[in-house]
Amino acid sequence: MKIDFILNGNAVSIESTYTRRLLDVIREDFDLTGTKEGCAEGECGACLVFMDDLLVNSCMVPMANAVGKSVVTIESFAQTEAYKSIENAFMSSGAVQCGYCTPGMVMAVYELFKKYDAPTLQQVKEGLSGNLCRCTGYQMIFEAVAMLVKEGYRYD
Amino acid sequence: MKITDHVKRLDVKEKINGSLRYIEDMRFDDLHYARTLRSTIPKGKIISIEYPPPEKGITIVDASDVCHKNEVAMILKDMPIFAEDTVNYIGEPISLIVGKDKNQIISFINKIKVNYEIFEPTLTMEDSQSKGDILTEHTFSLGSFENLEYDERFERTYETGYQEQLYMEKQGVVGAMEDGVVTVYGSMQCPYYVLNALKYALNKEAHEVRVIQAPTGGAFGGKEEYPSLLALQVAVATMKLNKPVRLVFDRREDMAFTTKRHPSKSYIKTYIKDKKIVGMDYEIHLDAGPYLGLSDVVLQRAIFTMNGCYGFENSRVNGKTFKTNNVFTGAFRGFGAPQSMYALELHMNQLANYLNVDPIEFRKDYFVHKGETTSTGGIFNEDIYLEEMADALIALSQMHHRKEEKHIGYGVSFIPHGGGFTGDGEAVHIKAEVHLKKVKENIYILISNVEMGQGAITALSKIVASVLDIDIERVLYAIPDTFKVPDSGPTVASRTTMVVGGLLAKAAEKMKARMDEEEVLIVEHFKQPDYVVWNQEKLHGNAYMAYSWSAIMARVHVDPVTYEVTCTDIYGVYDVGIPIDEKLLLGQIHGGVIQGLGYGMLERMTSEGGQIQHHSFSNYVIPTTEDIPNIHAKWIENRFVDGPFGAKSVGELTLVGVAPAIASAIEDAIKKEIHSIPVTPEKILEAIHEN
Repeated sequence: MKIDFILNGNAVSIESTYTRRLLDVIREDFDLTGTKEGCAEGECGACLVFMDDLLVNSCMVPMANAVGKSVVTIESFAQTEAYKSIENAFMSSGAVQCGYCTPGMVMAVYELFKKYDAPTLQQVKEGLSGNLCRCTGYQMIFEAVAMLVKEGYRYD
Repeated sequence: MKITDHVKRLDVKEKINGSLRYIEDMRFDDLHYARTLRSTIPKGKIISIEYPPPEKGITIVDASDVCHKNEVAMILKDMPIFAEDTVNYIGEPISLIVGKDKNQIISFINKIKVNYEIFEPTLTMEDSQSKGDILTEHTFSLGSFENLEYDERFERTYETGYQEQLYMEKQGVVGAMEDGVVTVYGSMQCPYYVLNALKYALNKEAHEVRVIQAPTGGAFGGKEEYPSLLALQVAVATMKLNKPVRLVFDRREDMAFTTKRHPSKSYIKTYIKDKKIVGMDYEIHLDAGPYLGLSDVVLQRAIFTMNGCYGFENSRVNGKTFKTNNVFTGAFRGFGAPQSMYALELHMNQLANYLNVDPIEFRKDYFVHKGETTSTGGIFNEDIYLEEMADALIALSQMHHRKEEKHIGYGVSFIPHGGGFTGDGEAVHIKAEVHLKKVKENIYILISNVEMGQGAITALSKIVASVLDIDIERVLYAIPDTFKVPDSGPTVASRTTMVVGGLLAKAAEKMKARMDEEEVLIVEHFKQPDYVVWNQEKLHGNAYMAYSWSAIMARVHVDPVTYEVTCTDIYGVYDVGIPIDEKLLLGQIHGGVIQGLGYGMLERMTSEGGQIQHHSFSNYVIPTTEDIPNIHAKWIENRFVDGPFGAKSVGELTLVGVAPAIASAIEDAIKKEIHSIPVTPEKILEAIHEN
């Protein structure tokens, strides 16, 4: 059936079933592969996207739930000013190793600043607990967030 | 640039913005997908396979399509590419179902019925031992236990379970026919292992098969030997279909059926006289699964490390790998040492506790020194600063200013980790060759060692740029492609910076005098240092070129009601020669500590009836942001003469000492012994309530 939604600011229309995962539609139909499949059960956060400003694991979203919604992936988020500061903080802090969890982690960091102006370490740990990383031990990701706090980063 | 200058990693921009394409993201024209038909029993004979009627768009690829040898060439060639008559573990691949429509593939595979004659499987090492199914065994000793005078014997048995690498990117490969060449792209650590396996099974020459590494989303050893199997399968498939074929595991397959850390059992007997250790007798058993794979190499690292940082007058080491019908086990960061060092270091703490002495002071009596004999009869050629590291650890952890706190415990570990292959492996088996090429203004690094997250590109580029004293931007790393890069060996054994980086540094030295030429190619080969003398048959001599060292202290809190453990602090002092980049070193320390923390207290993976029970993120618990202790890391400088700028190995060392330190800290907090990891709240409950 025909499903309409907004993807990265553009109205799109696809032929699909309601049960297909948003993750597959993004990756296969639109070749937006910055959104990764890590676990396919909503545990790891590698497939995070924004849907109507909510952060969701796209592996857990059937297309029925995406009808008419506005979906933003890392490819579009990476074009924003808000992204550039996070990118800089991740690069400076050494927060990236293999990179597979990183786009999801970046989106989760942005979301963190929506909730808190200057998240404390405890708030960072809680806020990023849905994003698994096997390489970094998370320490330098915490440091990247601390750097953003220090710079006065604000959600907009 | 100078080696001490700070650099930003060279490979991360595309990772952060999501534009880097891993194997599952890469595009190929007319791409076909593959899914694996697997054995559902641990041991048996395949009587028949009932495939549904042929369907347009579906191709079955199995052993009958393998044109030369249905064997995966590793150390032995005992594992088939596709199971033919017999199956030896649950999940063993029987065939690939290939097509363009993923739904059609799944619906087809669900209709296949395999009929077996079921055999009694071997599911424990004890069972394997009673059947005489020992795959390999080694023994070596120093001194003698005959007529040994001692007051008492302190004996303990230790067990460790599976650990899954859990790289965030699952296993994946693509096979494609490109200009008549069988080409495999994949997430992997060792392009030439894969190439050699292809050459052997397909009876091809090096110019007829090609392996190209795809960006690799973590590996930790899990992509050392295992990708060879998948590469062979897609190679056979692409030769049959003449179309590109992609095989990417789903997470359940990856967790349930790919190699993981060997479960182990260690038996340690310590002979004590006048409160001093006069002899130690170790035995370690590893569950190899049905095929040898790298298990004997893993065993060798386990036993060569078994004496740890200590020289005992009398020691005997015995190790065995057992054949079972459990999932086959393989490489994982630490490679046998996490098992043996968990056992030894916990044992040392239990001994100290038993003798009522301070665990660090107790160890100092036995620390090894330069010029002394190693457990395999070699000589420690390097400066060793264990006493200094111990004192640095005491200072870093402010041990002497501790207050008595309820439910808090401390544990320590001291770990050696030999860099590079064991014994003469680098010279005899690997024979690394690196190329450094100058074209106009740029210098190209041509090697087969891969970036998998650890920062190899940055570290190696920095080494070359520093020797040549040029901007790091002028040094370019070529993606490993067996048509373009020489065999500098696999990306394993903590050898990339120390061994390959060392060769690149030498090549750069030669390049220095020729920087005014337009085009230069420098070829550098590994030469075994004179001080490495090794007899592989007798396992005698220098098991490693040089050791890195760590001294770790863990502080834990054990909840008195739920027995939930929180590791609040890890203090670590490291000797890795010198850090090539402090940020990269810290990245390895943090990552290794947290993977080790998972091994010690969280990551429980068991097998029932040959089936891995913990095969998803929701029931195999790895550390999340909420499990992260404060990590206090320090290092000493101790330059290694044959390492680039003095650097030694880093990657594996950082994991090995963490589990024993945490396990000991938990014992300290609850004043009970626990002899297996992970130390879960259930085990604490049992220990507290025993008797």
